[in-house]
Amino acid sequence: MKEESLWFIFINASLINNFVLAYFLGICPFLGVSGKMETASKMGAAVTFVMIISSVCAYGIHLLLVAINAPFLQLISYIVVIASTVQLVEMIIKKMSPALFRSLGIFLPLITTNCAILGVALFQTSKGYGLAESLAYSFGAGAGFTLALVLMAGLREQLDFADVPKVVKGTAITLLIAGILSLTFMGFSGLGS
Amino acid sequence: MSPELKNIALKDAPSSTDEFIKGLWRENPVFVQVIGMCPVLAVSNSAENALAMGLATAFVLVMSNVLISSLRNFIPKQVRIATYILIIATFVTMVDYAIQAISVDLHKSLGAFISLIVVNCMILSRAEAFASKNTVSKSAIDGLGMGFGFVFALFCLGSVREILGNGSIFGFPIFPESYQEWIIMILPAGGFFTLAFWLLIFNHYKLKKAKS
Repeated sequence: MKEESLWFIFINASLINNFVLAYFLGICPFLGVSGKMETASKMGAAVTFVMIISSVCAYGIHLLLVAINAPFLQLISYIVVIASTVQLVEMIIKKMSPALFRSLGIFLPLITTNCAILGVALFQTSKGYGLAESLAYSFGAGAGFTLALVLMAGLREQLDFADVPKVVKGTAITLLIAGILSLTFMGFSGLGS
Repeated sequence: MSPELKNIALKDAPSSTDEFIKGLWRENPVFVQVIGMCPVLAVSNSAENALAMGLATAFVLVMSNVLISSLRNFIPKQVRIATYILIIATFVTMVDYAIQAISVDLHKSLGAFISLIVVNCMILSRAEAFASKNTVSKSAIDGLGMGFGFVFALFCLGSVREILGNGSIFGFPIFPESYQEWIIMILPAGGFFTLAFWLLIFNHYKLKKAKS
């Protein structure tokens, strides 16, 4: 594990094993807020921020839990940290940009239940990453999430002008596009070897 | 089912069965509400995984629904979401350890997704939308209905992906040797395509019904 360079961890988390398109983490916001380019990129930034903070906290908590020998508390303590970070981000956004706050709507508090964030915390623990590696991993995961969200938003903005059959409208066509995007991202798998 | 629960179920049978059917079909969490998608897509690459994951989620859903609705008058409004998540996380930790004790192989193939049941939006949305406002028995029935709806949906996806992608169901090969597997169905992209395909069928029937 140790010989992996930080750069490789970053590329791995963002492109090769993209969180949305290869691990299926964070599908709800991926389908929910990818309608408009602007909201999508800001949502991506908010998620990345929460990811980095909670990943650092998760690293500390893991050390503590190992020290007091209570691994069964892992899940509960991680989720508490994530929930409070989201609360913080929510307050910051509400103060700085009320318009953005409204456009993100229900999806902002729902970052708490974004599996991608808990996923980062759990994966970095099971992979035994150190602090620097955890940072690279969470930053890569956030970048990958933002990339997928922005790509999707671009495609869906174009889709508004297309003549889509009535049966496929809505979630079905979005999922089909996501499938094709996921196929394209498989092309990156050669980067790892 | 406790005797008290059975009594209530018998007394107002139509509404209780209705509550159950609602989750199973009319408001199916996956096909109609399209929530809780992450585990749906991620672990539906074989029928066995899908079934195990579905049952684990259904168990957590029923238990947390029951506990939350019995505590609904004690939980302060401001911290309700945090409380719900803590309750859910406790049950998920239990399930995680239980699966590890039952089958290590299964635990390995489901991986982190068991822990990720905590952040399944479906469970939290049932807690917020139903369990926090209704009686214990009704919440239990709602949880059962939604849970089985979820299991049903996962099974639909998992079996299609395993049959096409691996030529087998529950590990038993069903096609002759010459069958060329569609590897794509096992890969992530296959998950998206299969779900899109099921949604198409559902949409088709909905449109047909609306017309007639």
